[in-house]
Amino acid sequence: MTTPTWISDTEAVPRSGLTAGDLVGEVSTALTARPARTLLTALGTILGVAALVATLGLAKTAGNQIVRQFDELEATRIVVTNAPRQTRDENTQLNAIPFDAEDRLVRLNGVRAAGTKSPVELNGALARAVPVIDPLGQNEFQIPVIAVSPGLFEAVRAETRTGRFFDHGHNDRGDAVAILGPGAANRLNVARIDNLPAIFIGEEPVAVMGILDDVAREPDLLNAIIVPDGLARDRFGLSGVDEVHIDVEVGAAELIGEQAPLALSPNDPGFVRSRVPPSPRAVRSTVESEVNALFLVLGGLSLLVGAIGIANVTLVSVLERTGEIGLRRALGATRGHIAGQFLTESAALGLFAGVLGASLGVLSVVAVSATREWTPVLDSWLPLAAPVLGALIGLVAGVYPAWKASSIEPITALRVGAG
Amino acid sequence: MTAPVVELIGLGRSFPGNPPVEALVDADLVVERGDYLAIVGPSGSGKSTLLHLLGLLDRPTSGVYALDGIDTASLDDRERAGMRAHRIGFVFQSFHLLANRTTVENVMLSEVYRKGSRRERRQLASEALERVGLGHRLDAMPTTLSGGERQRVAVARALVGRPSLLLADEPTGNLDTNTSDQILDLFAELHDDGLTLAVITHDLEVADVAERRVQIRDGRLSELPAGVTS
Ligand SMILES: Nc1ncnc2c1ncn2[C@@H]1O[C@H](COP(=O)(O)OP(=O)(O)OP(=O)(O)O)[C@@H](O)[C@H]1O
Ligand SMILES: [Mg+2]
Repeated sequence: MTTPTWISDTEAVPRSGLTAGDLVGEVSTALTARPARTLLTALGTILGVAALVATLGLAKTAGNQIVRQFDELEATRIVVTNAPRQTRDENTQLNAIPFDAEDRLVRLNGVRAAGTKSPVELNGALARAVPVIDPLGQNEFQIPVIAVSPGLFEAVRAETRTGRFFDHGHNDRGDAVAILGPGAANRLNVARIDNLPAIFIGEEPVAVMGILDDVAREPDLLNAIIVPDGLARDRFGLSGVDEVHIDVEVGAAELIGEQAPLALSPNDPGFVRSRVPPSPRAVRSTVESEVNALFLVLGGLSLLVGAIGIANVTLVSVLERTGEIGLRRALGATRGHIAGQFLTESAALGLFAGVLGASLGVLSVVAVSATREWTPVLDSWLPLAAPVLGALIGLVAGVYPAWKASSIEPITALRVGAG
Repeated sequence: MTAPVVELIGLGRSFPGNPPVEALVDADLVVERGDYLAIVGPSGSGKSTLLHLLGLLDRPTSGVYALDGIDTASLDDRERAGMRAHRIGFVFQSFHLLANRTTVENVMLSEVYRKGSRRERRQLASEALERVGLGHRLDAMPTTLSGGERQRVAVARALVGRPSLLLADEPTGNLDTNTSDQILDLFAELHDDGLTLAVITHDLEVADVAERRVQIRDGRLSELPAGVTS
């Protein structure tokens, strides 16, 4: 008979234990044993994390987008108008803005371009092109006439399709010239300006110097006949300036907005009023906080549902695995080992959900940005924090099931039949 | 002289209730190293209760239980778990194999809580399976095994840690006569090799194989003289 090999002869009380490597092994075996179930369990948390990441990412992206648009157009735009005033004679229009507004403003530091813009009252006179030889077609139109100072074209970032803009010389001399908006040119049937075609505004002939292609601001110019201030004063009885448009450097809007009334009406700055764009920072934070507040609540809710999902399925699996728990206790597991295993399982599940959710969230930010032609912007901590959040949720969700599992008495657990 | 594997002095276990259930009353028992003990008795007499106490899965409400000379009353939960991991092997009526692990992995699970070296683990498990005659089914899934084979996997799992005491609660209860015999032959071999066994059984044939028979009736334990079947 051979010497028995399985007789233990130590007198000291041995310890049971569980190495980190074995814990990870047991947990990954348990989670990969039923992959579909693992995925479904994690689904709520995946969606919740994805919603949070997408929300924060999209808010950031959209906020950035808005700031960019404001930077380019709105944030650099100031409009100065006459302040409404009580006058005794209601017919008298009190225009505090002088005709040399442009000269006064371009001197200010931070002003890129400035120009006046005033509607010309024609008292029913129509505009027509020459020659007037189309008996069938209509050739006289009611087209708005707008008087501007030469700097306005730059201030509204206008481009010509053909020809050029009038300059200070034309304006000072009161030359009978005009620029046509593309809409007006169309109706007047003016396409080429090689030989300075003439049009008539009422009975006044004016030569067309150029045709607009597009403007970045004040789109009503596109349908108008644009004449110099000087001409409008001489021939159409323009008595005052209606508004001044200023294109300022980025960040100068607020300062210029304060200085413009002083420059235009030094004695009574209160008679003119400047409209300044809202500060970009304020815009960004409103947008972000509004979008965030709503969707963060939704994301938080789905996370809560996700956590309940993990807790629920983990609890079910504790009950299903009662026999296994009893076996492990019989093999030497302490209550702590059992609790630790289930806690680690749910935390790992949460971590997995966090990683997957973060990927989905980032993907949706990129996808939405792509359809809107936005630049996706994401805080770099976000994709890293999401898995941590997921793991924390899993951990919290696992507390009750783990406690439940660890408090099952082995003799009760082992009574449950198992294969 | 080394201490006996098991020494019970006036051991009792009562379950709270109205009236309390006296599942085990004033039990005295000594199991020496290498003993093969059969525990018989009618249903509800307290056999499993005794086995759970012997296996440190449950605590007595009175009396003394020394395992390998160590008074188990002095042990805390961690130490009791350590004793289970290192000194005791369990075999259950329902085999308690994990369905999604191969036979060798099921046997290896027993090494986890002993913090056994991961490298040697598969080797030890294979040897234990070899010992129970399943060396050729190392990578089989439990669902593809017969009942007798599953119980042999469970025995291998109990043996791999070289326990002082192998406890089996109705190990042949789910098996037909033929496969029962295989398990009994295996136990007899292990006994011959010097292992200490305590086996609960309804089966008189099992009891006949054992060298000592202990009977429990209404929680009271008495040893039957050798060679007599109740
Ligand atoms: N957790 C418990 N709470 C209350 N009573 C219990 C508990 N466990 C066992 N008992 C009672 O203790 C007595 C002994 O039970 P035990 O399981 O030891 O019997 P057994 O001899 O193993 O029976 P069987 O042969 O049917 O398995 C029974 O009357 C049982 O109802
Ligand atoms: Mg029983």
